[in-house]
Amino acid sequence: MWDWNFVWQIIPQLADGVVITIQATVLGTIIAMIAGLGLAIARRSRNKFIRYPFGFAAEFIRGTPLLVQLYFLFYILPDLGILLSPMVAGVIGLGVHYATYTAEVYRTGIDNVSKGQWEAAKAINLSTRQTWTQIIIPQAIPPMIPALANYFISMFKETPLLAAITVLELMNQARSVANYHYKYVEPMTMVGAFFLLVSVPSVIFLRRLEKRFAPKLR
Amino acid sequence: MTDPIIRIEGVSKSFGNFEVLKDLSFTVAPGEKLALIGPSGSGKTTILRILMTLEEINGGGIFVDDEPLWHMPKNGALVKADEAHLHKMRAKIGMVFQLFNLFPHKTVLENVTLAPMLTKGTPKAEANALAMDLLAMVGMADKASQKPAELSGGQKQRVAIARALALRPKIMLFDEVTSALDPELVEEVLNVLRKLADETDMTMLLVTHEMNFAHDFSDRVLFFDGGRIVESGPPDQIFTNPQEERTQTFLRKIVAAGQRI
Repeated sequence: MWDWNFVWQIIPQLADGVVITIQATVLGTIIAMIAGLGLAIARRSRNKFIRYPFGFAAEFIRGTPLLVQLYFLFYILPDLGILLSPMVAGVIGLGVHYATYTAEVYRTGIDNVSKGQWEAAKAINLSTRQTWTQIIIPQAIPPMIPALANYFISMFKETPLLAAITVLELMNQARSVANYHYKYVEPMTMVGAFFLLVSVPSVIFLRRLEKRFAPKLR
Repeated sequence: MTDPIIRIEGVSKSFGNFEVLKDLSFTVAPGEKLALIGPSGSGKTTILRILMTLEEINGGGIFVDDEPLWHMPKNGALVKADEAHLHKMRAKIGMVFQLFNLFPHKTVLENVTLAPMLTKGTPKAEANALAMDLLAMVGMADKASQKPAELSGGQKQRVAIARALALRPKIMLFDEVTSALDPELVEEVLNVLRKLADETDMTMLLVTHEMNFAHDFSDRVLFFDGGRIVESGPPDQIFTNPQEERTQTFLRKIVAAGQRI
């Protein structure tokens, strides 16, 4: 049933997929971190013309499946004249989808910085930008790191969805190998093992992060 | 007579339906040490917060150093102040809070150097030297490299005073700065305030429940109740011979609670 020779034979092709999976996760994470922060700040805006549209967009994205969003980005946007490569569509899809979740983490982290810190910053005459960069964000981020990391691990495990829009990530490579050889056990087991090998240490690392940063909230 | 450094003219302020300040007017002379006393909810903290621009006013006007605080001149009329005007006005005022509000992620030294470096562009070496002078003045120079979490309440409050002084404000506001402290730590903070009052010509407004200190510290005492000034006068008069019945009742309660006046 289990063929070690076949395993060795398909490793190079799966390795190509691993590279794409990691690239998609890293790029998606970067987008989710930056766009999530922007979204959190936009949703705190005093201007309702900023606050409401971003709020609506965030709820819309969170309330619909990532797979549907990927289809929109890759198959429907070209009808509107916007043509994205599979990888670009996939990374944008992952990043923006998870930005709506990271925005909530940022929002909670920002809300946890006491009102007194905002007032002290005002009392020493810092500008709004200086207050954010020097006082609020440096205090808000450390306690959020475990929650953010949790979402990035989830994102990593959702990268196989990119196969649906022809990104040659690990799952797609494994499926292609399996279909070609009509042998599914080894490639699918290897895909599962890879995700497990990355996820389990990540979760252990996450627990350490929680211990390291969570007490700072108190 | 010199012009007042603070003019409060018919100021009103409400939180929802609760009117905290009712048509409040008073002036403060340059260099004057003013104690604001009165029961909780009487509006004395609110007036400090309004002066620090942490709360907006609903009516009336405030002038600091002959310039409107919450308004600005535009096309010959006074309009609501924009952020740039408030920023300019805030530079004249410093505030020390009841709960210190030090920045926990920065060292004691960084807490004090932050404002001069960011708002005035003071070079780091100069800001450090100024901060060390201020920390020495409040007796905290040896803690410069520590984080606020490593300090006692009294030490935190002394650092907060140094931080507020770092911008060299003309006016300092002290909002119940000893209320959150254990009794044995109160004196170290009051000593710093005494020193400031004796050695500087800054205008100082102090909201406090420490009547004995208010008596020693201030040139004038304002007794607040229900969003109005019920009585004002020199500390000797207010504390030993109050004219208004409400003031007398308040002070009797304070004495009954064990404070010496």
